[in-house]
Amino acid sequence: MTDILTAIVVLANYVFIPAIAYGSQLALGALGVTLIYGILRFSNFAHGDTMAFGAMVTILVTWLFQSWGISLGPLPTALLAIPFGIAATAILLLVTDRLVYRFYRQQKAAPVILVIVSMGVMFVMNGLVRFIIGPNDQRFADGERFIISAKDFKIMTGLKEGLAFKTTQGITIVTAVIVVIVLFWFLNRTRTGKSMRAFSDNEDLALLSGINPDRVVMVTWIIVAALAATAGALYGLDKSFKPFIYLQLLLPIFAAAVVGGLGNPVGAIAGGFVIAFSEVLITYPLKKVLKYLLPEHLEPTTLVQLLSTDYKFAVSFSILIIVLLFRPTGLFKGKSV
Amino acid sequence: MTPSVKNVSMFVIVACLIAGTGFIQSWNTALFILNMGLISAIMALGVNLQWGFAGLFNVGIMGFVALGGLASVLISMPPTGGAWAAGGLHVLLGLVLGAATVTAAIIAQTRLKSGRTKTVSTLVILIGGFFLFRYVFDGGVNAIEAVDPASTGYLGGLNFGGKNYKDWGFMTVISWPVGGILAASVAWLIGKTALGLRSDYLAIATLGISEIIIAIMKNEDWLARGVKNVIGLPRPVPYEIDLQESASFVERAASIGVDPVTASSIVVKLGYAGLFSVVLVIVLLLAQLALASPWGRMMRAIRDNEVAAEAMGKNVTARHLQIFILGSAICGVAGAMMTTLDSQLTPASYQPLRFTFLIWVMVIVGGSGNNFGSVLGGFLIFFLWVQVEPIGAFLMQAITSGMAEDNGLRIHLLESVAHMRLLTMGMILILVLRFAPKGLIPEK
Repeated sequence: MTDILTAIVVLANYVFIPAIAYGSQLALGALGVTLIYGILRFSNFAHGDTMAFGAMVTILVTWLFQSWGISLGPLPTALLAIPFGIAATAILLLVTDRLVYRFYRQQKAAPVILVIVSMGVMFVMNGLVRFIIGPNDQRFADGERFIISAKDFKIMTGLKEGLAFKTTQGITIVTAVIVVIVLFWFLNRTRTGKSMRAFSDNEDLALLSGINPDRVVMVTWIIVAALAATAGALYGLDKSFKPFIYLQLLLPIFAAAVVGGLGNPVGAIAGGFVIAFSEVLITYPLKKVLKYLLPEHLEPTTLVQLLSTDYKFAVSFSILIIVLLFRPTGLFKGKSV
Repeated sequence: MTPSVKNVSMFVIVACLIAGTGFIQSWNTALFILNMGLISAIMALGVNLQWGFAGLFNVGIMGFVALGGLASVLISMPPTGGAWAAGGLHVLLGLVLGAATVTAAIIAQTRLKSGRTKTVSTLVILIGGFFLFRYVFDGGVNAIEAVDPASTGYLGGLNFGGKNYKDWGFMTVISWPVGGILAASVAWLIGKTALGLRSDYLAIATLGISEIIIAIMKNEDWLARGVKNVIGLPRPVPYEIDLQESASFVERAASIGVDPVTASSIVVKLGYAGLFSVVLVIVLLLAQLALASPWGRMMRAIRDNEVAAEAMGKNVTARHLQIFILGSAICGVAGAMMTTLDSQLTPASYQPLRFTFLIWVMVIVGGSGNNFGSVLGGFLIFFLWVQVEPIGAFLMQAITSGMAEDNGLRIHLLESVAHMRLLTMGMILILVLRFAPKGLIPEK
């Protein structure tokens, strides 16, 4: 009995908790991608770098607060800085929209042109982030490191394996839940949110009913900024901040959005967790779990790691392809143009 | 000014820019830009074939370029003694098993009737096949990687020159078309699965596959040493050191008043430039002929109106697959050439911004749909890619000259100059798309 419990603890420690935290980050990123797709109707390649920009501003403000001696006690100071990151990202996105995207929207350019334009924006944002903060690793987490540390858990339960729950993981999950609740309340209950959904469903009909498209677009960018900056800052807090990592995050984020169904917010969240759980589970060496579950003579001699960690992209990609082949509109019904 | 005069003068301007580099900085830099410009032009031609002719949005160029580089190693390096005996057969058998598993799963999917039997049998085939594959494959891999891991630890290539493999430099030239074939076969796989889907999905699929190709090249040490890199590939041109030791060469260099060290490196680079120019001319010629042929007209018809082309009896998906494979193959050839020029394969150096998105900037700036535009874009953008840094450094010096030596902002700005190039490339792409969407040399 204790063996089974220990196995569950090991699995929770190395797979469930990290996957839930990572899934929340992906879900927030994928929500941004999916909103842009639904309302502005293009796949935004600059989204990863938008996240990096938001995270960067958050880091800079965190450092400023730290130098002033402001802190949140056991919680990371970055939480106080995230609103500033969101504001700066919103300004950046609105300026980009005014200077770059608006022209193509008025021209009614093909979506693929907007995708190429977003590639240019990606270059600029990437350069901007590297220009301001440099290409190196930045750490900005402070406060208490663990909610429960592995040692405390072992003492508490008397099990052989510990369960560590990092503060950053806890904050990621709580923040993601709050953000998602607020977002859905906004989309489903408020007038502006409803006009956004109407615009996404049928642009012409929405325009005929007197919805102001400029306002819808502006609100969308602001929401996307909030989602991207939060996701970027949480990812940086949980792992570490490195500008090029965010470019690589683009693939799992797109995979999450497509798997869930592009343009469908519920799908984006589900997709984020599907991708995160499969990535973590398939690249985790299961030997440690099986050791407790199987009788002694059956104990595996190898690591029982299905794929090396470096292939986590391959996992998200394979899921993407399988879903695209069997359900081209994603798990939840997304748009198919 | 007629369009052709305008186009020629643009080529002359780019040539002058590169020559100017030679006069102001050094001829080594100028020839480096020329060589990489030639390779970039070929890559741009490949992407132009896909995007300009057929409207296919491929953002996995990096993967095809890297595959070309892999081919270069697999063909031009000597086989590792003992590695084949240790685990070569194991690995090959493992790969065959893996391929057989996937094929069996596909057959099960297509042949069996929908229902529980189909799902269960596919899953059983996939899971069972995976473990069988890992069992056979891993043993071979461990054996190969144990063979002298500090210097080899991989299967090596097909260069049978023995100890004098470096004299078999022509093998690298053979590896160029092989790089194309390798890239083409992977492109076939991707095209088969992703081309029927929407354009955005093709973009995401190619983005993913290119990351996977790089991950495989970084991790599969038995294949090409992974991040331990393969260095010292043979060359199709003479070595600088041999030239410097040859009396007649030193004499000739002295007669035109250049020191033999500089002269030798310039001669080597010119040799590469000659070889690359031949490839560029062939690819350009073929692309031009294709563009003007009925096939090229059909491609553009499909690009401009898929529904109408389909109604006229054209098989759109098959044609898309065809041109996707061709374009990727050209990128593979260019990738093999690049690895030959570097004489080494470093998987960690493949970055999507440099090898995928920069090529896109070349195609868009040059003029999508026009082959000469792609060539011009290749040279111009690579020139800027190299030169933005010194220009930026100069500008920053000028801007910050009023500040104190130890001013924090000044130091930061001067250090960050290296990142100017990404900003500049993005700005160029955005500005061209906005104000000259047809590029420098528009499609006719």
